[in-house]
Formats: sequence, C-alpha cells, structure tokens
Amino acid sequence: MIAIGRPVHEALQLPDFGDLTTGFRPYQERQTMVIPSTAANIAAPSASLELDADVLVIGGGPAGTWAAISAAGKGAKVVLVDKGFCGSSGATAPSGTGVWYVPPDPVRRAKAMNSRWDLGGRLADPAWMRRTLDRTYENVNHLAEWGYPFSDDGNGRSIRTSLDGPDYMRLMRKRTKSAGVKILDHSPALELLRDETGAVAGATGVRRQKGDTWLVRAGAVVIATGGCAFLSKALGCNVLTGDGLLLAAELGAELSGMEFSSAYAMALEGGSVTKTRFYEWATFTFEDGSPIPGAASKGGRSVIAKALATQRVFAQLDKADAETEQAMRYAQPNFFVPLDRVGIDPFKQRFPVTLLLEGTVRGTGGLRIVDNGCATTVPGLYAAGDAATRELICGAFTGGGSHNAAWAMSSGFWAGGSAGDYGQQYRGRNRRYVRAGGVGIADGSGRAIDAAALTRSVQDEVHPYDRNYQRNGEKLEDSLGRLDGLWSGIRTAQAASLGEAQRTREGVAMLATSRWMYRSALSRTESRGMHKREDFPKKDDAQLHYTTTGGLDEVWIGRERAPSPELEVLAA
Amino acid sequence: MIEVISEDRCTGCNICVNVCPTNVFDTVQGGIPVIARQDDCQTCFMCEVYCPDDALYVAPQATQVTGVTVAELERQDLFGSYRKSIGWVRGGRPRPTPEIMSRLDHH
Repeated sequence: MIAIGRPVHEALQLPDFGDLTTGFRPYQERQTMVIPSTAANIAAPSASLELDADVLVIGGGPAGTWAAISAAGKGAKVVLVDKGFCGSSGATAPSGTGVWYVPPDPVRRAKAMNSRWDLGGRLADPAWMRRTLDRTYENVNHLAEWGYPFSDDGNGRSIRTSLDGPDYMRLMRKRTKSAGVKILDHSPALELLRDETGAVAGATGVRRQKGDTWLVRAGAVVIATGGCAFLSKALGCNVLTGDGLLLAAELGAELSGMEFSSAYAMALEGGSVTKTRFYEWATFTFEDGSPIPGAASKGGRSVIAKALATQRVFAQLDKADAETEQAMRYAQPNFFVPLDRVGIDPFKQRFPVTLLLEGTVRGTGGLRIVDNGCATTVPGLYAAGDAATRELICGAFTGGGSHNAAWAMSSGFWAGGSAGDYGQQYRGRNRRYVRAGGVGIADGSGRAIDAAALTRSVQDEVHPYDRNYQRNGEKLEDSLGRLDGLWSGIRTAQAASLGEAQRTREGVAMLATSRWMYRSALSRTESRGMHKREDFPKKDDAQLHYTTTGGLDEVWIGRERAPSPELEVLAA
Repeated sequence: MIEVISEDRCTGCNICVNVCPTNVFDTVQGGIPVIARQDDCQTCFMCEVYCPDDALYVAPQATQVTGVTVAELERQDLFGSYRKSIGWVRGGRPRPTPEIMSRLDHH
C-alpha cells in the first residue's frame, strides 16, 4: 500500500527559525561529535501546536504520571503526552495490580528481596531493590494521603499491597493536572528532537483526533511509553508497541535485558483479560478431558505453551472452594466478567484458554539506566516504568504485577525528579532544534511502509510459542534473517502521511524491538529466568551479566557486569 | 470488542471518544458517537467503565464480532455490569471478611 496525502514532514515544515530560539545567538557545532543529518531532518521543525517546557514526559501510565508530578515538584514546567488517554491508557488502567509494598521492617524487607533473588536468576541488584522498596513505600503512602480508597483489613489497618487500575489511574490523572502539568491526550510522539550537542531537546508528534501536529521543546525528556507486547491484545497492551525504545535508540540510547521478553499470560481463548494468578487453582486438560501432565500456571506454563502449539487447552478452577471463589471475585472482578458474559462457571466447567504475548511488558528488558536518577546514555533523556530495564529489581524473571507497579512509581519518581532538575538549566538558553526521527517519517526514496503488513510480519516471528517461549539458536537465526531483511526493505521508505504516521512508527518500533530481543536472546547461550533455550537448557554461571544492545541498521550486542553481592549483603 | 452503543441510553457526552486508548470512536455532529474503527478495539473495557449512562457493551471476544443486539443485552441486564463489578457504583463493593480474603494468601 502506498500512503496517500502529505508526508508528515511536509505537513510539519514551516521553517521559521526565529520562533524556535529564545534570544538568537550563533551556535558552534562540537567538532568531536558526528551527528547524522538528512535533508529531511535538518530543517527547523515546527507544528500546529508548539509548546516550551522544562520537561516532556512521553507516556501517561503510572510511570509517566509519577514522573510528571515529581518533575513539577522540582519547579519544572511539564508537558505530558499520551498516545491514548492518560488515565485509561496502558497495562495498569484496565487491570488491577499487586504492589511490592513492604513496611520498613528489616526482616520483612530481607524476605521480600530474597524471595525474588533466585527467581530472577541472580541478576537483580540488591541496592536497587532496597531503594525501590523504600520509594514504593513512600509513594503508596502518598496515594493514601491523596485519597486513594484503600480497603480496610477489618482490624482498622489499610491494605496497601494492591491497587485497582481504574481507580489508581483516575487519581493519577487528577493529581497530574493539579500539579500544573499540561496533558495532551491522543497525541502520539513520532520522533525526538535533539540539539547541536546531541542532547535531547523535545519531541514532535501528531494529534490524531485533530489531524494536526504538536511539537514540544524541552530541556529534558522522560520516556515512559511502557514495554512492547506486539499488539497481542493482552489486557490494555495494544498501546504498548515499543515506541519509546525506538525514539530513544534513534538518539543512540542503549537497551539492556532484551532477551527477557518472552512473557506470555493466560486468558480465556479469544479473550483479552490476562489475569494469570487464579489459574494457580486450575486443573489443565486436553479437549478430551484428560489431564495434561506437568501443566500448571506456575512452573508448568511451558507445558501448556507446547500443548497449545498443536491443540486446545482447557482449564477449570476446581481447586478453589466456595469461600475462595468469594475472595477471588472480590480481588479480581475483571477475571470473571468475560467468563460471566459467555456463560461459563469457571469453578464447575472447563473452558478453553490461550497464552497471549506480553513481551517486555511482563518481561524485564528495556532502556538501560546508568544512574540513580534513571538517566539513559543520552544527555537529558530519562527512562521509567516498563520502558526501562527492570533487571535491576527483577533480574531475568518477570517483573509482572507487584514489581512492575513498584518500579513504575519509583523509577517514574526518580526520572521525573532528575529531569526536572536537569531540564531547568536550559531555560532561556539558545538551542538549535533538529529532528532525530528516522525510518518511516524521514524522507526516503523507497515506497511508504505498509504498516499492517509490517506488523503482521513481525508478529509472525515473535508471537509463536515455539519461537519466542521456547527458543533455540537455529530458529532465532532464522527469524533474525527475515527481521533484518524487513529492516533493509523499509529503511529508505518515504515518509508516511499524517494519517498513517502513528501506525507506521508503531510497526517500525516493533520491528526494531524484535531485533534487539532476538539478537540478545541469541547471545545468551544458557537458560536463565524467563529466557529458555532448548539448545542450552541449563544455567551457566559464567553468564551472570547484563546483555546490552542497541543500534538500528546494525544491531550491536555488549555486556555489562551484573552486581554479584555476597548473600549477607542481600540479607542485610 | 466494542459491539454496541445503545441509542436509547447514550446521551452523546462523547466521554468514550476521549477515554478510548486506541481511538475506536468518532464523534458525530449533533448525534451520538459511532464505532469507527472496531478492529482497533483491544477489549480493555475502559469505555464501558467510564460511560455514565451504561450505554456501551464490550463483548469479551477480542478477535471476532458476536453480533449481540441491544435487546439481548437489555434482557440479560448486561449494560453497566463491568462498571458495577469493579465497584464504580454508589457504595462501592462489599469486601468479604479478612478470614475469607486470606484464602488467597500463600497458596
């Protein structure tokens, strides 16, 4: 399909350099830094709506809203953009989540940290676990002060270890607005802006319900765009297409842990509600009713994945009694609504299930963080929530549920705070603004990208259980051959039209993400945490490192030393 | 996915157009919104939850259209059932006793 209409760059172009700078002053390009510039991205960018801010937050889920509130608390002028609606967008809002909320009692804290240590393949960093537990405790207590309706345990104590998504995110939107943050909904970011030094300087995108463009010049940018679930329709995940990873990588940001991206969650067949916990009370059977040997939600999910590759799998929550059912219906009502609507009693009847890819949403890979303020390797660019690596607190095992929730509010708080401090130093300073975006929105000589076809091609490589869940070197190489070929085919595409720009960039982001994932997976020749290699089924303790990656035309792989603390340090 | 906007219930407030994370609805001048991009629906139920008039119905099937009608939904009293289930209703949801809730611990 050839895109029609005006290319987005044409729509964006109104070269009026005077508007973009405050107090014109000639700049000097640093001789030491080589920045690739194309004809398309060298022109001074402009848009229908232009704003100046100290901090731009991209993404309005838990991490983004915490970042915005934290940055505003530093006195920064903040703009938050969400490609959907801040308050309903993302994996948290339509769901409920546990929170890694542990009171500051040394014994309980040590237990909480130790319980994840081995599960995470010993790649978590105890120092980060500790500070995340501290920060989460503080932030959740703020939620109580802000009026979050925590339940009472019957003895006058409020229960703060779980949050209802709709309530939590409605409150976060309200708090973000009352902190003075300007929110742009339905405003996907398409590319970052940089200045003459290579530091991030804002972003541009489209306002899809208005059919025009936005541009925010900012001293600092927080990427809080979530992980990448490859449009699998896992609950709330179809806005999570790796957009922020692509934006950051185009400025040279690095990623870490992208091999930990093979998370799948259980749902009613054909459904979307990926709540896996209650399947711990399930018995799994084949279509004929015979039990599936070794199948379990915990510790036997790969058996289910293997079975699903060739046949239907059924579940029944037959290990739960009437009182447990009552507790379940209260704890996770949205688990039951789809079943109720199709007339299934999951306690008395068998029902077909499926596993939906949650990729890096419930995996742990993401943008590499290089300091306590959640800075990336690009000056002025910060990462938070599922867009950032969660290996620091989860290692190689899923960050899903309570750990991701704790990480989102903690990393959001840190990233927003440091971006707030950093961003304000650019106030009143003259900068040159240059587009940093690439494939799909920069002018090229090739045909425009067919976003739907590109998306299907990427999904064909990352959705199948026998490629992503159970990995092996041969299949990874096979997929990478096709994925690299896809990249070669689109890298010179002409810019998408305004109407197609978002889908095009989502397709490009998913393709880039899949290549970082599989290249990282190929380099880790062992099985650790969620990363399972059929050809290397055992753990190899010579590989206790973080796998770093990045690059677009050429995907590179590196290694960073993981902390290997003594166990007594962990227990302290 | 989103299947039904009840013309009888909908007051045209357009909240669903705004809150849908995947931009499925379009406003209509002088009328109630339409489901313009059903394929983009991710079956997250947020439109239903936010609808003040219980005028929307999201079928739990994410990959196919069931063709359910307003009359059937009214008969089965399904409008607003998602919102009620999560407690976005006056008085919230009654919490079972601590003893019962503890059945979910340490399983």
